[in-house]
Amino acid sequence: MTRRASIGVAVLLVIACLLLPFVVSNYRTFQFTLVLVYAIALLGLNILTGYNGQISLGHGAFYAIGAYTAAVLMDRLGAPYWATVPAAGAVCLVAGFLFGLPALRLEGLYLALATFALGVSMPQLLKYHHLEKWTGGVQGIVIAKPEPPAFLHEAGLRMNSDQWLYFFALTVAAVMFVLGWNLLRGRVGRALIAIRDQHIAAEAMGINSALYKSLAFGVSAMYTGVAGALGAIAVQYVAPDSFTIFLSLVFLVGIVVGGLASISGALYGALFIQFVPNVADEISKAAPWAIFGLFLIGFVYLMPTGVAGAVRMLLVRFTRKGAK
Amino acid sequence: MAESTAARALLRVHNVGVRFGGIVALDDVSFDVAPNCIVGLIGPNGAGKTTLFNCLSRLYQCDCGDIVFGERSLLRVPRHRIAALGIGRTFQNLALFGTMTVLDNVMIGHHSRMRSGFLSNALRLPSVGRDESAATGKAEALIEFLGLKAVAGRRVSDLPIGTQKRVELARALASDPTLLLLDEPASGLNHEEVGILGAVIREIRDRLGVTILLVEHHMNLVMSISDLVVALDFGRKIAQGTPDEVRAHPEVVQAYLGSAC
Repeated sequence: MTRRASIGVAVLLVIACLLLPFVVSNYRTFQFTLVLVYAIALLGLNILTGYNGQISLGHGAFYAIGAYTAAVLMDRLGAPYWATVPAAGAVCLVAGFLFGLPALRLEGLYLALATFALGVSMPQLLKYHHLEKWTGGVQGIVIAKPEPPAFLHEAGLRMNSDQWLYFFALTVAAVMFVLGWNLLRGRVGRALIAIRDQHIAAEAMGINSALYKSLAFGVSAMYTGVAGALGAIAVQYVAPDSFTIFLSLVFLVGIVVGGLASISGALYGALFIQFVPNVADEISKAAPWAIFGLFLIGFVYLMPTGVAGAVRMLLVRFTRKGAK
Repeated sequence: MAESTAARALLRVHNVGVRFGGIVALDDVSFDVAPNCIVGLIGPNGAGKTTLFNCLSRLYQCDCGDIVFGERSLLRVPRHRIAALGIGRTFQNLALFGTMTVLDNVMIGHHSRMRSGFLSNALRLPSVGRDESAATGKAEALIEFLGLKAVAGRRVSDLPIGTQKRVELARALASDPTLLLLDEPASGLNHEEVGILGAVIREIRDRLGVTILLVEHHMNLVMSISDLVVALDFGRKIAQGTPDEVRAHPEVVQAYLGSAC
């Protein structure tokens, strides 16, 4: 594809994203808001697992921490919803970094087990009765729906709160993706991949593997925490049982289906984990997860390098034909 | 005056000993590497050559003795600081970053000379852009120097061994080393490639002013380019001298031909 053609495609995509909430129903708009939320979470997990090679089976825990940070700040401290997003990111950055430090001693499947332990215990930790006055215990916390800001109305832009929420999520996602793209295309991104590919040589090249791995954990958790906060605002409700180990596994499914070590893969994966369960449910009410499983096997079989890998391959074939 | 500078070694390996359980891998090994020299380290398999290299790059801990680089002992330096001190290396069995392109592999070699961190990268501050383009320029020059231009954008694991060896060399040079450790650079190369390699190693010393310590089984190569040869056998140093002296040394002859009994 020529440079002009790719710019054209990008412009069309941006226009499509901007028009989307005005052409689909409010419920669909809400679903696309969740796609953006998941895309941020998946980009975070992909930084850790796809780029840096550290497997996490517990990222749902960081999503939960982000969601609860947002909910508690809004519900108990009256913080504005937009301010809770960076706060959740900061809390999860610290939490992820601290979890990453002891995780340095664990490799591969052993790290997977340790993160699994984190993911599986999180719902119960959130129910802990001494924290109840903050977390609301089993009941969780209900959050008020954010209204579109007054200045939009004054400017003559009328939108409902679903549409506004979509644009808020779109803005946060755009910022997070640009930051992620910058992070991964330079010195830090190369170092993260180097550690994954050949950690001894990476250290011989001067890469401080321990520091990079724990920072990758922190950054990854930060992304997932930001997503968790946005998700809580969108769903207007947090409860311990929304963040079971199943959520962590779905995130892992998302990055593998979307494409490991790929930025666009996070978006494909998010579309998959948001819409494929719905499609499966429409096909069979009795066994939706069996249908989901079939989809999963089909995707992995047809696109072994994820959707992002398949798209890249198609583009290469397309350009070669065009060049001839 | 001239004598005292000549006597100041760039690298001093001083009574180094390494044990793995009951096995003595290195036993009281000492030698000096003078600046701007090519020093060959030879010995049969299991003589301790790679063990010594791994001590120099801090992958192994010495049990006794000292390794001094410039003025500084390496024994307390963490291994990721070695490159920044000016010691670059290649690996016996290739340790490239397989999924990355040749250019990215060489750019990682320059990691220790760059400063930017997570935050400045994420924000892509102007300094990051400058740093990156300087690193790209450096890597491209080395890729040119080692004749890798045609494959610069290729995934490194798709390339033949001989080419991968040159990528490793380029990656090691990208850290601007003063001392370059080459672990069997000729293994897996054909006759013609070995000839070229000898010329390249000399050029690295002469043009870039890099001191070279080389482990090699290919005797013709070692003997033709080294200023000094150190021979190890069963973890001990058995000989040291010019290529001719070492070649004629009875213990070296015995180590390579085996004893009569």
